[in-house]
Amino acid sequence: MGWFNSKKEKDVQVATVTTEELWQICPSCKAHIYKTDWEANIKVCPNCNYHQRLTAWERIDLMIDKGTFRELSTSVSTSDPLDFSDAKGKYLDKAAIVKKKTGLKESIVTGSGNLNGTRIVLGVMDFSFLGGSLASGTGEKIAHAANHALYHKRPLVIFSASGGARMHEGIISLMQMAKTCAAIEKLHKAGIPYISVMTDPTTGGVSASFAMVGDIHIAEPKALIGFAGRRVIENTIKQKLPDDFQTAEYLDDHGFVDAIVKRKEMKNYISSVIGYWNH
Amino acid sequence: MSENKKLTAWDVVQIARDKNRPLLCDYIDGICTNFIELHGDRRFGDDKGIIGGFATIGDNKVMLIGHQKGKTFEENLVSNFGMGSPEGYRKALRLMQLAEKYKIPVVTFIDTPGAYPGLEAEARGQAEAIALNLAKMSDLEVPIVVVVTGEGGSGGALGIGVGDVILMLENSTYAVISPEGCASILWRDGAKAPEAAEAMKITAGALKELGIVDEIIPEPKGGAHTNHTETLANVEKTICKYLSALGKLSTSKLVSNRFKKYMAIGKF
Repeated sequence: MGWFNSKKEKDVQVATVTTEELWQICPSCKAHIYKTDWEANIKVCPNCNYHQRLTAWERIDLMIDKGTFRELSTSVSTSDPLDFSDAKGKYLDKAAIVKKKTGLKESIVTGSGNLNGTRIVLGVMDFSFLGGSLASGTGEKIAHAANHALYHKRPLVIFSASGGARMHEGIISLMQMAKTCAAIEKLHKAGIPYISVMTDPTTGGVSASFAMVGDIHIAEPKALIGFAGRRVIENTIKQKLPDDFQTAEYLDDHGFVDAIVKRKEMKNYISSVIGYWNH
Repeated sequence: MSENKKLTAWDVVQIARDKNRPLLCDYIDGICTNFIELHGDRRFGDDKGIIGGFATIGDNKVMLIGHQKGKTFEENLVSNFGMGSPEGYRKALRLMQLAEKYKIPVVTFIDTPGAYPGLEAEARGQAEAIALNLAKMSDLEVPIVVVVTGEGGSGGALGIGVGDVILMLENSTYAVISPEGCASILWRDGAKAPEAAEAMKITAGALKELGIVDEIIPEPKGGAHTNHTETLANVEKTICKYLSALGKLSTSKLVSNRFKKYMAIGKF
């Protein structure tokens, strides 16, 4: 059966190679969409509303008024506090490859910019950088962004996209959960807005820290959001989980997000919410 | 102690998980007088995996909060092997805020494989419960002394583990993920847990070198399970020493020191 299936998949791949440049196949519903339509619809499937992951810079372009973004913490880069190696070799070698591939220095880009004319501080995680994992550099950039927002009295908005804490930095990664929450708690005390947007995926140590302490919690449709991994839970409780488990919709049903907002409405939604801040 | 220095990280993991190691109930019986357990999160239920209440340690009236493992399988079914549920983390926060109101320090005892990974825990917001504790513990206006006594399992440990002082028993561990979990992901083989344990630097000694742990509490030769009395005496003495030192700080100094300490963690 396995052999049969794998052959079938190969056949499909061969059949689509020639049309690859023209068509985007939706990873969720498998519908064939013109690539130009896919891009024009900001990587959202017009058929099933699947929201494909964006890079940090794609997101920044969507959220920030043209030409107004100024990046923060540009010197922060992945480091190796534990001198860590695993079966595949050195952590820093792996990080170097990812840095080259993504053009990023860490799993988040932070900066300040205008959102519909209002100056905000923005952090956007990038899943393509080691699964968007939370490490020293990530934590430092978020803490710095929060401190910057506090000092300049500007709203902080963070888009999460992360599998959780980065194992390669061990306890130092875990402590970034506390570091980011401590920095954001200062905003709460000072009456500065903090809006958390959870995109696919927001799990583990990121969901259990800065992503879940927002004034407003926004999720993108169908995003995976949760604490423990699905397989870990299934192994623990020895039963199959519901299909919608740990989706944005599930979180909404259970009262942990304020709203599920479509990508094309996101900027105006955030702008409206911030508009209620009386300062 | 010199003999213990030869132990591998994986040896230490075994000692930290030893079934005869002192548990929260032993510390409550042995070093606390007048323990008044307080129940419930006032939201949904009462977690038996994280318990807490008023306690007196030495001359110090404190709010004691900790993970509760069981001594028998039956006890572990009740306490869920010390894996906290959202109700446990929310109860912990309620008690910490009560401590703040009563102006008494918080002492937390950490010994958990991790926060409970279950359907109900997810449905009731395990992530949100832990996250909120991290934020609120960061500026709680009373001293917080954290003692890792056995297993410091990731977010489940940190959820009651943000403090002014982090103490670890000599053979306890504290990690972002279990060695087995790390091995199965990064080595694609759970049997490589000993390698993962070493690489992640999870022992008290390694964490002291990294600056995460303030002091290592010595254990009797062979491990805490070999002599509870001696272990408990060491734990009590060390907690009292830090409570006394932290008690001398003004509230603003206490909270700003704690903030600075967490802001300084990381290499980038």
